[in-house]
Amino acid sequence: MIEYSLLFAAGCYGAALLLDLWRIVVGPDAADRILALDTMVINVIALLVLYGVWRGTAIYFEAAMLIAMVGFVSTVAYCRFLLRGDIIE
Amino acid sequence: MNFVAEFLVSAALIVSGIFGFVGSYGLLKLKHTLQRLHAPTKATTLGVGGVLIASMIFFYADTGHISVHELLITLFLFLTAPITANFIAKTHLARNLRRNELPESTGDFGWSVYDDPPETRLDT
Repeated sequence: MIEYSLLFAAGCYGAALLLDLWRIVVGPDAADRILALDTMVINVIALLVLYGVWRGTAIYFEAAMLIAMVGFVSTVAYCRFLLRGDIIE
Repeated sequence: MNFVAEFLVSAALIVSGIFGFVGSYGLLKLKHTLQRLHAPTKATTLGVGGVLIASMIFFYADTGHISVHELLITLFLFLTAPITANFIAKTHLARNLRRNELPESTGDFGWSVYDDPPETRLDT
């Protein structure tokens, strides 16, 4: 039962990644693209945790944590750059 | 692994998958940028929370002791999602609205999107 629900959740997050990619392509504004990139980061975190459950190992939590931090910092840096024209003033 | 744990893990996984997909579908479907901000920052965070709850239950039923890595990731995401949403909304305002299209700020200074930060705060 867990295998099928893992497959279902991974399929859902894969389709969600495709939808985010579509929003990055068509997004009329830079804020849309930043938002879609941030959503992609969150979906990749979910996929990593799902893969860790699939393999039955806890190694991937550190990778998910690192990706969460890097995604947050990159989103804030991109927004700062668009807001003020500079990242660290 | 007993049936109850397996059922709980499967239910959390399916609910979180639906939440994650709905978040990204809302990102694609909603009309305005500030409307689109609504979908992923709430639904995807709930989806990731469901995945992490499923993983906690799974490893607790598998190995017998509770792991707290998932709680760290959940805490981090729940802390950073509002900050990210605020920054993206400010970016959208700064790039698409002019200064005279916003109402006056009620404080002594203008909106932080347009004005430099004051050197000293007068209200403290």
